[in-house]
Amino acid sequence: MSSADSTEIVKTDDSSLTSDLDKSLSDSISKKFSNVEIAYVKPDRIRVNVKKEEIIAVASFIRDELHFDHAESVGGVDYPEDKQIEVVYHLGSYTDPSLSKHILALATRAPREDVPRPGNDSTILPSLRDIFPSVSFHERECFEMLGVYFDGHPDNRRLLLPEDWADIPPLRKDFRIKGR
Amino acid sequence: MVDDLVIPKKSGGLTMIDKINTHNVNVFVGKLGDILYKVVDKPLGMAINWGRLWSLWPVHIETACCSVEFGAASGPRYDVERFGIIEAFGSLRQCDLVVVQGTITRKMAPRLRLVYDQMPEPKYVIAMGACAITGGLYFDSYNVLPGIDGILPVDVYVPGCPPRPETLIQGCILLQEKIKRMKPR
Amino acid sequence: MSSHVYPKEKEIFPGLQLEKVDDRIMTLNVGPQHPGSGHMRIILKVDGDYIVHCDPDPGYVHRGEEKMAEYRNYITNIPHLERPVIHDSCNILYPYCLGVEELLGLEVPERAKYLRVIAAELNRCVYTQYWLAIYGIFLGHSTMFMWPMGDRELVIDLLDKMTGARVTHAYFVPGGVRNDLPPNFEDVCLRQVNYFEKRLKEYADIFYDNPILISRTKDTGILSREDAIKLGTTGSVLRASGVDFDIRKKEPYDVYEELDFQTNVLKEGDSYARSKIPWLDMFESCRIIRDALKKMPKSGSVRVKLKPNPKGGDTEVYRRVESGRGSLGMHIISRGKPQPYRLKISVGSFRNLIAMPHLLTGEMLGNMPAVYWSLNYWPVEADR
Repeated sequence: MSSADSTEIVKTDDSSLTSDLDKSLSDSISKKFSNVEIAYVKPDRIRVNVKKEEIIAVASFIRDELHFDHAESVGGVDYPEDKQIEVVYHLGSYTDPSLSKHILALATRAPREDVPRPGNDSTILPSLRDIFPSVSFHERECFEMLGVYFDGHPDNRRLLLPEDWADIPPLRKDFRIKGR
Repeated sequence: MVDDLVIPKKSGGLTMIDKINTHNVNVFVGKLGDILYKVVDKPLGMAINWGRLWSLWPVHIETACCSVEFGAASGPRYDVERFGIIEAFGSLRQCDLVVVQGTITRKMAPRLRLVYDQMPEPKYVIAMGACAITGGLYFDSYNVLPGIDGILPVDVYVPGCPPRPETLIQGCILLQEKIKRMKPR
Repeated sequence: MSSHVYPKEKEIFPGLQLEKVDDRIMTLNVGPQHPGSGHMRIILKVDGDYIVHCDPDPGYVHRGEEKMAEYRNYITNIPHLERPVIHDSCNILYPYCLGVEELLGLEVPERAKYLRVIAAELNRCVYTQYWLAIYGIFLGHSTMFMWPMGDRELVIDLLDKMTGARVTHAYFVPGGVRNDLPPNFEDVCLRQVNYFEKRLKEYADIFYDNPILISRTKDTGILSREDAIKLGTTGSVLRASGVDFDIRKKEPYDVYEELDFQTNVLKEGDSYARSKIPWLDMFESCRIIRDALKKMPKSGSVRVKLKPNPKGGDTEVYRRVESGRGSLGMHIISRGKPQPYRLKISVGSFRNLIAMPHLLTGEMLGNMPAVYWSLNYWPVEADR
């Protein structure tokens, strides 16, 4: 279970539950961008893995053509064995009534360094703030919790942690909490 | 004129003046408690304590989720004002009670101490909830203090997660009992 | 009544912003100890009476829930996950339980689904009443603190009977609810909910039709429909700006699609509309509770048995529900261990916080409490 390739998400075989809309959404993304990997298509949930160079283009396409207009959550996940940190944007739509049930997870990965220096190392991702303004506080939280610097975000400051926080970002897996 | 009001060094180091009769005015200088306690002796000292314990003003500082039950305690059903604990108040200078309502995080701790330091004497502290006592459910969290007794002198501990309003009221009554037995300051 | 309250002040603000005279601008810290701030600090820059810059500084109750969840298994995660909103604890556990059920492949009994809906709606009333009470006291309306605080105790009594605790219920577990109803609960619940609804109607006389409240909240902090969508706000803030989006309707979970209720939408997008939507939602909650009590199976199991330390597969789920503050999502990543690999809680308060600098900039300082608390914001939840 804990082998190195377990970050690859199992594709569901249950294709009977997924609607035509799910398939057409994922098809339109994979048709437009050849490098994009559709991780799974579950009922109302699609996950798209993209390279970090492409994420701006894919996100713009998702906003303009597929009408997803806001981010529900931005969560960072640390994968120390892959030496990567993943950031997952869960996107939803208010304007398109047919998409109101759907959540599109847009995931990208940044390289991870063993000794993090947040903001000064190679853990950098392009910010999606210009495309989805709703991610601005979520990305700030992701920066302090995982040390992912968002390039192009004007406000990469600390949000929740104390001002004198001198430890490594707490949601990294090598940050151990006391007694555990 | 101010020089007339300088406290004379009496034997025994008392920081008070019985009566200065300058410019035909009677002036007392010093802490009210000290003056009355020394001058009129014990019975009036008890009266000062009596006055204090029926007008405890908690600071309006909410630190975590126990503030929900604190709010309920000042609501109509529990109504702590019956017991002389007036509901939370904004100005620190007029308050004499800090009810630490739950978890103190590392970001909040310096602010809480600052609030406490700005309050005039005498002041009392109630630690409300398991988090304020030992860290509670968040004993292993990276951002939570294991109890507030490291930063504040606590008078009464009110256990519970969160304590029911009855428990908080009982804690307040215990504090009043304690004040009754205190030497007036 | 509405349009002539502060029209001129709104227009002169851009002119003030152009003046770059530094000593005119004063920095003002509101909080964390302030009657109008709650558990957070708002750093305001004011020019006279006008707020020219607003920088919310949350995190005073950041307790690291997401990190703690990685060290606890799926069942022992329940108590600490409900602590961010103890007065809405059923709703914050709802997406977690739905997600874990999807991970573990559990099928919830029919009666448990109805019990969950009843508990969640009662809890929404408890939350909204508390919010309304604080909103009242923020605006200096002491009666509006006392009334909701008193009526809230009725609903708390019901939940106390149902779950055994005043606020921290821990009632939802993956696979159902913790215990069945006490005997004769349905009658008591129906009677108290009817009385509660009657009381709610009286709030209009004292609060919502009050000219002082209207003049303080109408046309302050206007969030347009486009901005509400762009900023990704949720819940009552979104619905007050004219977007018809309620997850109970749009993505029905458990038995919400069988129940009879409607979504309240207002077009104005000002503080008054934002303060009115949760109140209107409580009427819908009463409707849902009555309907659910009628349609609920009268007997049956309420919980499926779980193995100790259940393990999820190598997958991830994202489930969301409509809480008192809007959409509440849980992103659970499982990697075949009894503990989640990562648990991301996406809360409505944090998403509505993004609207705060947008709304407060250009507003008068005196309107700050009216705008701030109308965002239906609970700082403890936002900090997690």
